[in-house]
Amino acid sequence: MATGVKPRVKVPKTAAAGDVITIKTLISHKMESGNRKDKDGNKIPRSIINRFTCDFNGTSVIDMTMYPAISTNPYVEFQAKVDASGEFKFTWYDDDGDIYEAAKSISVS
Amino acid sequence: MKLTRRDALAMGLGATVVAMLPMRLSAAADDAIMAYTGGAEAGEGDITLTAPEIAENGNTVPIGVAAPGAVEIMVLALANPSPDVALFKFGPAAGAQAAKTRIRLAGTQDVVAIAKMPDGSFIKTSQSVKVTIGGCGG
Repeated sequence: MATGVKPRVKVPKTAAAGDVITIKTLISHKMESGNRKDKDGNKIPRSIINRFTCDFNGTSVIDMTMYPAISTNPYVEFQAKVDASGEFKFTWYDDDGDIYEAAKSISVS
Repeated sequence: MKLTRRDALAMGLGATVVAMLPMRLSAAADDAIMAYTGGAEAGEGDITLTAPEIAENGNTVPIGVAAPGAVEIMVLALANPSPDVALFKFGPAAGAQAAKTRIRLAGTQDVVAIAKMPDGSFIKTSQSVKVTIGGCGG
């Protein structure tokens, strides 16, 4: 179980219908690549977030597969098109089976 | 200066090594790209990879990719312990087929972005990034 994992998401509060908005996401996670060695010379096993998805009102915006080459505290910035008010759901999937979620609403006029 | 047999031999050997070198390097690169495309060639197209020319810290290198109309974009770092970096799949609600993230680069190398288009074809672009401190823990 990965501890201290905290997601942070930045979504505009309002937008006009048809707008393309920028969404910024950050999650605190060590992203242990599996290449580091501990002081005895043993490899520290890989333990990363391997997938990040974002849906808007149930429709997929982005589905990103992450590999060990993604930096610690993964930052992902992307664009979404909004045509109606609704909710963004963000999900991060950990190697160890944990799932981290966040949600943000947006009001579209 | 008189061209001795020794000199001619040295020149010949040197020329062969130089000719072979670029072929060997791009073969490894092509392997990684082929692994993603499943053997298909990736050509030129409207795909952009934004990455710094010099990355101060290989542990966190900001990159951006964009390929209008693409179904997904794969990012590879050819000289990392493992070349796969990220695979971005864009859904119907995406505002643009573009994304930014931060990656680890083990050392100076080429970063490659390959986009899969709706018709099944692939386009690619690459950029060389100089890394002063490597970021893969090796």
